[in-house]
Amino acid sequence: MFENHAALLKFIFGRLTLDAFPIHEPILVGTFIVVATGGALVLGALTYFRLWGYLWSEWFTSIDHKRIGVMYMVLGVIMLLRGFADAAMMRAQQAFAFNGSEGFLPAHHYDQVFTAHGVIMIFFVAMPMIVGLINIVVPLQIGARDVSFPFLNNFSFWMTAAGGIIVMISLFVGVFARTGWLAYPPLSEYAYSPDVGVDYYIWGLQVAGLGTLLSGVNFVCTIVKLRAPGMTIMKMPIFTWTALCTNILIVAAFPVLTAVLALLTLDRYVGTDFFTNDFGGNPMMYVNLIWIWGHPEVYILILPAFGVFSEVTATFCGKRLFGYTSMVYATVVITILSYLVWLHHFFTMGSGASVNSFFGITTMIISIPTGAKMFNWLFTMYRGRIRYELPMLWTIAFMITFVIGGMTGVLLAVPPADFELHNSLFLIAHFHNVIIGGVLFGMFAGINYWFPKAFGFKLDPFWGKLSFWFWVIGFYLAFMPLYVLGLMGVTRRLRVFDIPSLHIWFIIAAFGALLIAAGIGCFLVQIGVSVLKRKELADTTGDPWNSRTLEWSTSSPPPAYNFAFTPIVYSMDAWWDMKERGYHRPLAGFKPIAMPKNTPTGIILGALSIAFSFGMIWYIWWLAALGFVGALAVGIAHTFNYNREYDLSADAIAGAEDERTRLLTAQA
Amino acid sequence: MTTLAETNDTLVATPLAGTRGGVAALQSAAQTPFYVLDEHPHPAGYSTQLGFWIYIMSDCLLFSVLFAAYGVLGGSYAAGPAPKDLFDLNIVALNTTMLLLSSITYGFAMLSMQSNSVGRTQIWLAVTAFFGLCFIGIELHEFYGMIREGATPQRSAFLSSFFTLVGTHGLHVTTGLVWMVTLMVQVGQRGLIEANRRRLLCLSMFWHFLDVVWIGVFTFVYLMGMLR
Repeated sequence: MFENHAALLKFIFGRLTLDAFPIHEPILVGTFIVVATGGALVLGALTYFRLWGYLWSEWFTSIDHKRIGVMYMVLGVIMLLRGFADAAMMRAQQAFAFNGSEGFLPAHHYDQVFTAHGVIMIFFVAMPMIVGLINIVVPLQIGARDVSFPFLNNFSFWMTAAGGIIVMISLFVGVFARTGWLAYPPLSEYAYSPDVGVDYYIWGLQVAGLGTLLSGVNFVCTIVKLRAPGMTIMKMPIFTWTALCTNILIVAAFPVLTAVLALLTLDRYVGTDFFTNDFGGNPMMYVNLIWIWGHPEVYILILPAFGVFSEVTATFCGKRLFGYTSMVYATVVITILSYLVWLHHFFTMGSGASVNSFFGITTMIISIPTGAKMFNWLFTMYRGRIRYELPMLWTIAFMITFVIGGMTGVLLAVPPADFELHNSLFLIAHFHNVIIGGVLFGMFAGINYWFPKAFGFKLDPFWGKLSFWFWVIGFYLAFMPLYVLGLMGVTRRLRVFDIPSLHIWFIIAAFGALLIAAGIGCFLVQIGVSVLKRKELADTTGDPWNSRTLEWSTSSPPPAYNFAFTPIVYSMDAWWDMKERGYHRPLAGFKPIAMPKNTPTGIILGALSIAFSFGMIWYIWWLAALGFVGALAVGIAHTFNYNREYDLSADAIAGAEDERTRLLTAQA
Repeated sequence: MTTLAETNDTLVATPLAGTRGGVAALQSAAQTPFYVLDEHPHPAGYSTQLGFWIYIMSDCLLFSVLFAAYGVLGGSYAAGPAPKDLFDLNIVALNTTMLLLSSITYGFAMLSMQSNSVGRTQIWLAVTAFFGLCFIGIELHEFYGMIREGATPQRSAFLSSFFTLVGTHGLHVTTGLVWMVTLMVQVGQRGLIEANRRRLLCLSMFWHFLDVVWIGVFTFVYLMGMLR
């Protein structure tokens, strides 16, 4: 069958050869040693403490939305370390590569680093954190026992994780894309990027994108169908509102990403001519399509962060949120407008003055609802009794930082100005300003705010504040110099510099990155210290911040069934209203609750997706076929299981609720 | 604070309240109950219909991207063959008939399901699958003819977008066929239980959706292509 040895090898390994392993690159070998040692230590510890069974049965196969949410957050934090390592390498390279020095990163490595940084930060840090927070909070906030499709939720997580793993494999096997984070053709076409880099990119994003899309469907359904009685649409907490809008955006935007990446895949694998330079292809169509997904994507990220700030501001100022209705309308208007601005990412394409004006104006209009939100938060704080706890600190830092980022955004929305600033470091500074100052600060506010709900103890404030100050100061030092450099005309993605006068700005930026590294370190220490001090930081009330929404009405951490009895909602601040009216927890009369059963199908499908993608990337066709057929078979087999629920007995519920009663009375 | 009368109105007015069972005992002096004490869980598959609609809308977007790509590239022949050289409306008419017939027969399957007849449901599903297979077969035949004449997906951007749009639709029909066979087995195993009825309904939506997309393909690609 095989004429010679080489053909056999080619059949088994596709284009994967020993050259694919980067043994000649000291940086990668070093990274590999660190990762392998760290990984071995973690695996060893898990084995030593016999935690595999626990992880498998309580977490990996769990379809409890709170557990899945926590797993998303862990994924986000781990990938943050990778994404930040890339950022640190770029800042160091740019700070070193002056005065004739080439720096320490060769071009082919540097190009992979900036691509991986963007891809990882957006898809595998920001998205998992957003989806994770939504998972933990939304069902509790609407008084539901779970999401609409619990198994789908677990499957979505594993697809996201599988996408992350595919991208991570590229670090040590082969290369990653060198195209920039959106992989514009014709550079990303086979003719110019024949290696596996873009293929890793495509399959990693396709797999993760499927997970995100399904999770979007799930949460739209959950919010529309599973709200507690009385929670009309205008009584929904703001975080739930923003989650609804975000998930609608996901459902309406991610199919476009799937489709455009599929077209690029066909160009690369089949040789079609969608985005090629010849045979009638049109590379600008790719740029249009990917930004029709890409612009809503940034609102997918920022809207839930706005929701977090709204909850935090109301809670820590001890007041009802100012302008609830206008906040809702602002959110909805942003959701709609986010679809009408995509072309501002490429004013320089040359669509003509009319088209550019239209998109410039729609872009500027978005600042109106956003400004309305800003004033709502300010007026909530006005005459409030502000408690400067960690979530509130992050919120204030956000308000200042985001206004700066918003204003530079309006600058960029003016097409003539954009012709000067397009692809300059000014643009880089702008979007890091809104994504770090908005999304990331929002995630830290959210983590500090809801951590006690998820785990039953607060996060340590000392290390939290240290992390906060390092992050905020580090952010300003790292990115304000980029505004200056951008105005001076420095473009993005440069590796070496000739002009000595620019050097000082890059050194300041690198120092800022160093402070951010300290901020990340303090955050990790904060979690470690909090776990050690969990007795001291414990929250037995379930409501440590004197909050206003329903998630705080149940215990911390909540029982698997969330609520023994579904609360009835009369006010937008449902839990605050219950406290005001002197609510009584029912202590008897529990009924059995139907709960979904755990299932390993999600993690198996995730593993098979990795196998399929790896096969496709390396042209190992038998592996790809095996992965595909396997996933299909497992998926179909899963539908033959009709017995997916079990009844949690009334006695078990009574036991858990009695324990909570005991804790509450001990508190009083 | 809301008065009791208003509260009851909102509760009755909200569709959610009805499904959650009676708000029975009044607990507090304020006479506004804090919890639903006599609770009835949501029936199984409570959100399925909505979820599937949302999925179909997202799939619709996927097709709209492919239609848009065809709209942009449909005239880029790169000195290669144009629609008039390639399309045979007789074959496409036959193909369309197959798919439309399959939608009608799926409707008969659903009627049989309503009258609780397992056997007839399965027969109509089989007839539907047969028409679906004919559709796929004719489409493959058409593709084969075009490729043999040198009109391959690689030949021009027009052909790339044509094969991708029509092929993606065909791939969806194939998926529907796999799903249909699975459901025929499941209906055979367990009868027309609630879960299976729900699944048949979802597949029904999917199948009719593919019909609607095909009407778009037929009009936009084939009929208008002949006018180009």
